[in-house]
Amino acid sequence: MSIVLCRIDDRLIHGQVVIGWGRAMAIDLIILVDDQVATSDWEQELYRMAVAPEIEVRFVTLADAALHMAEWQSNGKRGLMLTGDVETMATLRTSNPGVVQRINLGGIHHRPGRRERLPFLYLTDQELRSLQLLEAGGAIITAQDLPTTPPVALKSLA
Amino acid sequence: MSEELRGVVVCHGPLAAALVQSAEQISGLSGALIAVSNTGCDREALEDRVIAAVNGHPAVVFVDLPSGSCLVAVLKRLRSEQLVKVVTGVNLAMLVDFVFHRSLSPAEAAGRAAAAGEKSIKVP
Repeated sequence: MSIVLCRIDDRLIHGQVVIGWGRAMAIDLIILVDDQVATSDWEQELYRMAVAPEIEVRFVTLADAALHMAEWQSNGKRGLMLTGDVETMATLRTSNPGVVQRINLGGIHHRPGRRERLPFLYLTDQELRSLQLLEAGGAIITAQDLPTTPPVALKSLA
Repeated sequence: MSEELRGVVVCHGPLAAALVQSAEQISGLSGALIAVSNTGCDREALEDRVIAAVNGHPAVVFVDLPSGSCLVAVLKRLRSEQLVKVVTGVNLAMLVDFVFHRSLSPAEAAGRAAAAGEKSIKVP
């Protein structure tokens, strides 16, 4: 199998990811691409505790992800690749558009400069422009917090 | 302890507020517990909410799940604080025990509360 979901979620590995998407999509590999968590053993341990033992979890830097995406695409697992921000996912898309074809906007919360687009999705104008550029380049981008809710197209978030 | 402990309850959605309200109704004591929700905030904002609730006081922080965004936010900034202890799996029994034992040390109060919470789980 391959990477079956590329999700942006600033809470990283949590219930919606593990239970909501993980079960629905029969995920058996979660790859968290986050430079800070990739160097923090105690945070990795905490995030692992949220995941059933049969699901493999990898914590990688952005540089490592760019190197290994092609390998994950063909390693026989159903993978969920997760970033905490738009910029990291945009870089992954640029590194390997074949792997990052569809992007799920799962949870980006309020901070100064961001505007509410959906209750679970706040974006700055710059973040929205970055996503629009990715879409113009062929990515399919939708906002959807859980698999049981309807996806919302990026163009309706402007 | 010269200062009574503060209890901070950090949960998903509206759970913390409901637990605090219920604990106050049962115990008749108000002001001992502060509710923090993860609703509508990212990791950093949630960390800020927790820090504001603790506000430098000796405290026990109660978290709903033994993993996930709430626990990460709590431990990120407080795990090295000597006067703050964290208890996961918060339930009403442990909060009621806690509000009556706020003159203990954070470690003692956290241990008591955790034991009370565990003891309350039964299959009658």
